[in-house]
Amino acid sequence: MNLAMLLEMAADGLEDRIAVGSRHGGGMSYRQLLDGAAAAAGFFSGRDADRVALVDLNSDAVPLVLFGAALASKPYVPLNYRLTDQQLRAVLSRTAPAVAVVEESVVGRLTGPESGGDVPGVEVVLREALLGAAAAGHAFEAGFTDPDDVAVLLFTSGTTGEPKAAVLRHRHLTTYVITTVEFMGSDEDEAALVSVPPYHIAGISAVLSSVYSGRRLVYLPQFTAEEWVATARREAITHAMVVPTMLGRILDVVAADGQGLPSLRHLSYGGGRMPVPVIEQAIALLPGVSFVNAYGLTETSSTIAVLGPEDHVAAFSSDDPAVRARLGSVGRPLPTLEVEIRREDGAAVSPGERGEIYVRGEQVSGEYEGKGSVTTADGWFPTNDGGYLDAEGYLFLEGRLDDVIVRGAENLSPGEIEDVLVSHAAVADAAVLGVPDDEWGEAVAAVVVLHDGASVTVEDLQQWVRERLRSTRMPTRVEFRTELPYNETGKLLRRVLRAELCA
Amino acid sequence: MELKPGSRWRSAVCDTEVIVVRAPSGPVDLRCGGHPVLPQGEEATAGGALDEAHSNGTPMGKRYADPESGLELLCTKAGAGSLSLGDTPMALKDAKPLPASD
Repeated sequence: MNLAMLLEMAADGLEDRIAVGSRHGGGMSYRQLLDGAAAAAGFFSGRDADRVALVDLNSDAVPLVLFGAALASKPYVPLNYRLTDQQLRAVLSRTAPAVAVVEESVVGRLTGPESGGDVPGVEVVLREALLGAAAAGHAFEAGFTDPDDVAVLLFTSGTTGEPKAAVLRHRHLTTYVITTVEFMGSDEDEAALVSVPPYHIAGISAVLSSVYSGRRLVYLPQFTAEEWVATARREAITHAMVVPTMLGRILDVVAADGQGLPSLRHLSYGGGRMPVPVIEQAIALLPGVSFVNAYGLTETSSTIAVLGPEDHVAAFSSDDPAVRARLGSVGRPLPTLEVEIRREDGAAVSPGERGEIYVRGEQVSGEYEGKGSVTTADGWFPTNDGGYLDAEGYLFLEGRLDDVIVRGAENLSPGEIEDVLVSHAAVADAAVLGVPDDEWGEAVAAVVVLHDGASVTVEDLQQWVRERLRSTRMPTRVEFRTELPYNETGKLLRRVLRAELCA
Repeated sequence: MELKPGSRWRSAVCDTEVIVVRAPSGPVDLRCGGHPVLPQGEEATAGGALDEAHSNGTPMGKRYADPESGLELLCTKAGAGSLSLGDTPMALKDAKPLPASD
């Protein structure tokens, strides 16, 4: 149960079908990808390295490094190239002894006198050198991999403190893929556009799921909406996964030039809260496209709940408010795992009641390097996400529990208030957060972005919220901005806003 | 035979190969094409013939499970023989694939 087994099967079953790259030439077949990964494994094995790090943008080298590390039985550790030099060096030093495959501009940040010297125990290798070794195609005989061996270490974005490294073992990721993806289930013309960075869990699951299903991978080095749309058209992309901020920008480009995305059949989104107006706009603008909302975490090997295409259609066309509301849900848990909502005292709650989302299943790791497992004795992983299940088992997210605003004795969920703000015709985007308050401990503050040319007063927005939610949820402070701070994978940076509001 | 998780086995009489996804609670008599399976990489002894009663084929990428022992297998290479525990055919673990979410 090595991750590379998924590629070995694809190479046996699909041989010459193109696995990675352009349909206009230069792509790698499944057989070539496996041969290249085996050569990469030989390259990694010949080095004094326990781990294989990647500090790079998206490129066709990503699956080679991922599968090469797996074949060599060394954990794969993709790192965020956007970290500051100091952060990157600190995180990289935690992977030592390691070999780090890097893009050219990264070399100067990790080696040489100006960077502060080499990172001890880390050998820096250029992407081109790795590609050269892979192309040379040296044979490599992989040994037995214990399914319990570590396959991937992923540093979570962590809003506070030291970044934590989530541990994903071969059994977590392979179970996820073989239980959710139909082997060779894709038609030969299918192509997936990957625009999430390699250090995101979705960047890893995209490789594994696409390879196992036989869907060609096309990489966007870095996301811009214009490049995404141009690539989707040029490469006749049929499938893609995007984070909410990406989708909003893609829709702007498509709406502006009116040329649609004729090849696209299937668009999944996740990684953050998707405002319902954006998904409604997407459904209207992209007829014929199936939408999937996926909820998952690094610690759960990606997706644990999906709102499928039929759910979208049913919700979008329904007059029943409860069914319509499901467009704002993340759908139902995968049949291969269990989800429970628990109160602070650990007791499971009934449908409709809010609490913390717990999940249990074979794809769930819940383990961090140096900290061990945070799952309960009977295997439940506390996600630190708040939410509730409706009567039909649809899961609604309310954001990270760390973000909950404690006003007086009442716990307020920012997501609920943000949804109401965004439903106002003048509001394009909104962030709600708690700010220190002498009387209540915390007060509700809202930072709002208006649509171009729209205007609304603070009082109007306060009244809008008060009419729809309890008065305690009304923001006592409302500020207007031209945009909200997001990281590159679509996570709203509340701590940045909090610091600004408290300054 | 002891079927450890991750261990790989091949049919003695056809091309079928499987990997153990979940180990059984105790020893089992795993066969393919009517004959006990061999560790992957081990040569089949000459002269073995596929048993007609166990020749429905094993397609690559399909999972097989035995609820009683907990054994679960994934076929990693297709073959003409079918899997059984003793003489009892193993059931295909049918799962509806999910809409692509990655």
